[in-house]
Amino acid sequence: MAAFGTAAGRPLQARGGSAGFRFTLYAALAVVVMYLDQRAHYLEHVRYVLEAAAYPIQLAVNSPPAAWAWLKETFQARGVLQAENARLRARQRDLELLAMRYDALARDNGELRGLRAALPPVVDHWLAAEIVNIQLNSLRQKLLINRGASNGVFAAQAVLDDKGLIGQTTHIGPWSAEVILITDPEHAVPVRVERTGLRTIAVGAGDATSLALPYLPGNADIKTGDLLVTSGLGGVFPEGYPVARVTEVHRDAVQPLAQVRAAPLAHIDTDSEVMLVWFRPGHPAAPVPNTLGGDLKSGNRDMQPQALSGKPAEPRSPGATPQASTPAQPVTAAPAPPASAPPAATAPGKPGGEQ
Amino acid sequence: MIAQGRGRLFVSVFVALVLTVLPLPPWLDVLRPAFLVLAVLYWSVNAPRTGGIALGFFAGLALDVFQGPVLGEHALALSLVTYIVVREHQRIRSKSAIQQALIVFAALIIYEIVLFMIDGWTGHAVTTALRWVHTLTGALIWPPAAAIFAYAAGRRS
Repeated sequence: MAAFGTAAGRPLQARGGSAGFRFTLYAALAVVVMYLDQRAHYLEHVRYVLEAAAYPIQLAVNSPPAAWAWLKETFQARGVLQAENARLRARQRDLELLAMRYDALARDNGELRGLRAALPPVVDHWLAAEIVNIQLNSLRQKLLINRGASNGVFAAQAVLDDKGLIGQTTHIGPWSAEVILITDPEHAVPVRVERTGLRTIAVGAGDATSLALPYLPGNADIKTGDLLVTSGLGGVFPEGYPVARVTEVHRDAVQPLAQVRAAPLAHIDTDSEVMLVWFRPGHPAAPVPNTLGGDLKSGNRDMQPQALSGKPAEPRSPGATPQASTPAQPVTAAPAPPASAPPAATAPGKPGGEQ
Repeated sequence: MIAQGRGRLFVSVFVALVLTVLPLPPWLDVLRPAFLVLAVLYWSVNAPRTGGIALGFFAGLALDVFQGPVLGEHALALSLVTYIVVREHQRIRSKSAIQQALIVFAALIIYEIVLFMIDGWTGHAVTTALRWVHTLTGALIWPPAAAIFAYAAGRRS
C-alpha cells in the first residue's frame, strides 16, 4: 500500500506522489487560476459554465424560503389581498396621471433645451427578475437573480427597483446573474446632489441601509435630506436615477472632509423582485455600454469617469477626435450639445456623441 | 469499502456546501462556521487517502464559485490547510476532541489569513473584524460536528 513515503517519512498516498508534491501541484494550479481570472480575464467562459453548474444548488438552497413565501401568499386572507389590490389600483391611477403630464413635460423640456424634438425615454425595455439568493453581510452585498445570458443580460447592467438604484450585474451565468449592490463596500456609484448639482461618489458601507460619501470637502453644500441621483458618469447608470437620501452630515473643523451618510432609496433588504434595465444606446443620457469590458472589480482604466469616450472598440484612435472630447458631455450632464442629440429616428445606430 | 466511503464523503461534503451557501440573516451569517472547511478537515484527518488535498482543492473551488471574488482563492487556502492537516493527521487523530478543536481553530485562522491576504492583493479588501468570527464558532462547533461526521462516515465513536 504505502509505496511512496512522504517527505516527512510517513507512508501516506498509494498514488499521486507525496502530499507535499500534490500540495505544490494544487497550489500552483490555484495560483494560475487566480491569475487568469483576476488579471487576464481568460476564465469568463469557465466561470459561465461554473455559474450554470452552481445555479441548481442555489435554487435548491433557496427553495425553503421560497416555498414558505409561496405558502404565505397562497393562504393569505382574502381581505389582505383585496386591500393590496385596492392600494395597487390607486397607485396605478397616480402613475397614470403623472405619465399623462410626462409627455407634455418632456416636450417642454426638449424645447427649453433647444432640441428639435423631445427625446424618447432613456429606458428601452426592462425585465423583472426574481431574487434567488441574497448574500448580505458586512463582507459582501450581493444578490443572485434568476435571469442570465439567455435573457440577454450582460455584465455591468443597471439593476433598479421601483424606488431607486439597486446595483449592477457582475458575473453572468446562462440562467442566473450575480448583482453587486450599491451598498457593497467594493461598489461606488457616481452621484449628483439633486438640489445643488454637486457631483461626488457614493461608496457602499457594507450594510443594507447606508452609503458613505467619503469625498466631500468640509465646506460642501450638502445637508440632511438631500436627494442623491446618479450623475451619469461611470458608464453604467444613466443620469438622473434616484439613489439615496442623505441621512447625516458631520462637519469637523479639524477634518478636511465632511463625513456624510446616505440611506439607499431602494428597499435592498426586503425586495423580492428587481428590474434589469436596457437603455436606448443612442440616447444622450444613456450610459455608454460595454466600456468596462465586463469585469468591474479589477479597477481597469476604462471604468474611470474621465476615461469615458464613446464606444469601447474604436474610441482610442485619434481619428475620432473632433467629437471625442464631447462624448463625455452627453453622458455627464443633461444639457447635451444640440448637434449630438438626434431625435428618436436615428437613435439606435450609434452612441450619440459619435455622429 | 473505499467506494462506499467515498460516497459518504461526497454526501457529507455536499451537505456542508449547502449549509455554507444557505441564505441566513446577516447576524447569523457572521456567526456561521465554515461547514465545508470543517467537513474537509474531518475527512483529511480521518481518511486522508480518500479525500486529501484534491478534495480540499475542489471544495475550495466550489466555494469560489459561490462566494469568491476570484476563482482559486478558497481553493488555495483550503488546499494549504488540507495539506497541513493531512501531514499531521496521525497526531491530530490521537488527540481529544477539545485539543482537536484548538487545532481546528489554528487551521481556520491560517485559512482565513490566506483568504485575507488574497482579498487584499486582488483589490477586494475586507477589513472588518467580523470576518474572523467564524474561526471561533468553527472551533466551538468542532466536537459535535466531528461526532456527526463520524456518524455519517459510519464510524461510531
